[in-house]
Amino acid sequence: MEEKARVSSNPHIRSRVTTSMIMLSVIVALMPATVFGIINFGLHALLLIVVTMVTTTAGEWCFNRLLHRKNTISDFSAMLTGLLLALNLPPNAPWWIGVVGGAFAIIVVKMLFGGLGQNFMNPALGGRCFLMLSFTRIMTDFQTDTYTGATPLALVKAGEKVNIYNMVIGKTSGTIGETSMIALVAGACFLILLGVIDLKIPGSYIVTLIIFLLLFGGRGADFDYIAGNLAGGGLMLGAFFMATDYVTRPITKWGQYLYGILLGVLTGIFRVFGSGAEGVSYAIILGNLCVPLIEKITWPKPFGKGGERG
Amino acid sequence: MGGKLTFTGGIHPYDGKDLSKDKPIKDILPKGDLVYPLSQHIGAPAKAIVKKGDKVLTGQMIAEAGGFVSAPVYSTVSGTVKAIEPRRVVTGDMVMSVIVENDGQYEEVEYDKSKPLAKLPREEIIARIQKAGVVGMGGAGFPTHVKLSPKDPDKIEYVIVNCAECEPYLTSDYRRMIEEPQKVVDGLKCSLQLFDHAEGILAVEDNKPDCIRILKELVKDEERITVKALKTKYPQGAERQLIYASTGRAINSSMLPADAGCVVNNVDTVCAIYSAVMENKPLMYRIVTVTGDAIADPRNFRVRIGTSYQELVEEAGGFKTKPAKIISGGPMMGFALFSTDVPTTKTASALLCLTRDEVSELEPSACIGCGRCAEICPGRLIPARMADLAERGDMERFVAMDGLECCECGCCSYICPARRQLTQEIKSMRKMALAARKK
Repeated sequence: MEEKARVSSNPHIRSRVTTSMIMLSVIVALMPATVFGIINFGLHALLLIVVTMVTTTAGEWCFNRLLHRKNTISDFSAMLTGLLLALNLPPNAPWWIGVVGGAFAIIVVKMLFGGLGQNFMNPALGGRCFLMLSFTRIMTDFQTDTYTGATPLALVKAGEKVNIYNMVIGKTSGTIGETSMIALVAGACFLILLGVIDLKIPGSYIVTLIIFLLLFGGRGADFDYIAGNLAGGGLMLGAFFMATDYVTRPITKWGQYLYGILLGVLTGIFRVFGSGAEGVSYAIILGNLCVPLIEKITWPKPFGKGGERG
Repeated sequence: MGGKLTFTGGIHPYDGKDLSKDKPIKDILPKGDLVYPLSQHIGAPAKAIVKKGDKVLTGQMIAEAGGFVSAPVYSTVSGTVKAIEPRRVVTGDMVMSVIVENDGQYEEVEYDKSKPLAKLPREEIIARIQKAGVVGMGGAGFPTHVKLSPKDPDKIEYVIVNCAECEPYLTSDYRRMIEEPQKVVDGLKCSLQLFDHAEGILAVEDNKPDCIRILKELVKDEERITVKALKTKYPQGAERQLIYASTGRAINSSMLPADAGCVVNNVDTVCAIYSAVMENKPLMYRIVTVTGDAIADPRNFRVRIGTSYQELVEEAGGFKTKPAKIISGGPMMGFALFSTDVPTTKTASALLCLTRDEVSELEPSACIGCGRCAEICPGRLIPARMADLAERGDMERFVAMDGLECCECGCCSYICPARRQLTQEIKSMRKMALAARKK
């Protein structure tokens, strides 16, 4: 019989962008912050990053293996989760923190809910919050050989003078990847240029937080206070790399603005009225939980029924 | 007049038009038997009025319309009816067809000498188009005389010629506009005769500046006709997007263009209208682009309807490499064929042969909710979520969340980084939902 050509439903062409390319581009975009963190905090930070990434990747591989599923580690998303979690760890945390946190993030937060695309919470943040609750002392200890004393955001909150220049560069204490605003923003610009993320969420998040701090921060338009809040406490890492996580943010356009505003308000509440200085991680996790509701109330109208303009 | 010359969403795939855009239209004569499926249009199939052994002439009706929403079929060669039997068509279905053995003489019937257009009454124009078997040649195949007979012709304000040709690789409309622009304009003028309050719009994508220049020059003294340069992106030529871009009016899936005061016809259809009205000639030819990286010499042909695709491949120098994918139409909305042993029909705009089958290169994986499909969906839907509902078989919510508004343009499947078959899922569910609605 004559050989037959393959048939399939239309369309017959595909764009080149794949899931693994997207994940890989985010990993690349995090490299400036990662490298800066290693330079800033030393080789132990590198060890933590490697251990966490290996744990998340191996965790996903083993999970798939045990359940006789097709392996999914080649999409690089487990690796990205590991990197994001590691960047959220204190630089002098013991290596097993990376293992415990990585395993929790990948197995409990991601795989038990059905794997990639099914988790309702950002796995890296889920892992971080689990560690914060379980190993609070380790997770809040930012003392290193170079940096002693409180994190700059805590100083800002206490009304003390901070060096904003050092905060922007990243020469302060904090988690491995959160300190350098400039490295994080450079990575974010790369992702925006590639079209992987856009400014809808980070923009509305940051603007809302600024407005919140101006209104309720009690310092008025104090430049150091506002700048310190923007540069510190992992806001850049959270706003550009975690709030924009595809799986756990709303898919609707107006939902994304709303989500950004919600995160800004929550972060503001935690930072101004909370007992700690931080607030980004919990704000995003709480925001994640509101996503189904946000999508529901911002569901778009189709073309021809009022939705053609946007 | 509104219209932003564009719409929200859409994609920019590799357009492949350079392969064939500079190749003039070449007339080709069929060698083998001609196959005329009785259903080349939307609506009731035509009814054969010849029988096996009958002698037929070029331009002779061989099947009459099976109702008002239907269209007759004409023989495009002279010869003998060899059989009336089911034959495979591009969709993969077996369709009852008249098979004519070509005698190579091309003896043609005598056509009525036409009266000048200005003197033709409305009914006569419609009757000529109906009799000629003209249908939407852009792909849908909706009988043109039905389209041109809205309930209230006075409410039609725009008669739009779809010159967008937004499908990648296709250059048949482009060649037509370069080589026979007067016919396009005259065809539009025929349609405008039917609608006293309408203005004519030639809507061209701005990747065809030469066509825009030529058409603008031709209509510079026509008060009722304008040329609009639309932004180049797929699917600019989709009916709803085209109407929106050129007039600013938006219709949904349950409305007709006439509800927004519009009538839209494709370039080839307009030329067929011209032949039907001015020359009293039935629809017998169409322009087909034979192209793709597997074709030795990509070309544009004037093809007699009924000619086998295999002959088109041979006329274009055969295959240069083994084709992995053979497509009737463009790569976005065309039908994949398993063999070239199917006839050219009224709606066949191209035969595309690709060396690579991009669809089967990567397996579908989990949706990461990246939202690219929602960003580009011209229907402003959220395809990822629609496909989830379709996968679960949740017809009720699929319909409630406007799944029926999908125009099946294929953008979502194209863009999906997880390689999900979004269009396919949504299309299947739409089909089921529409069938359920009819019951």
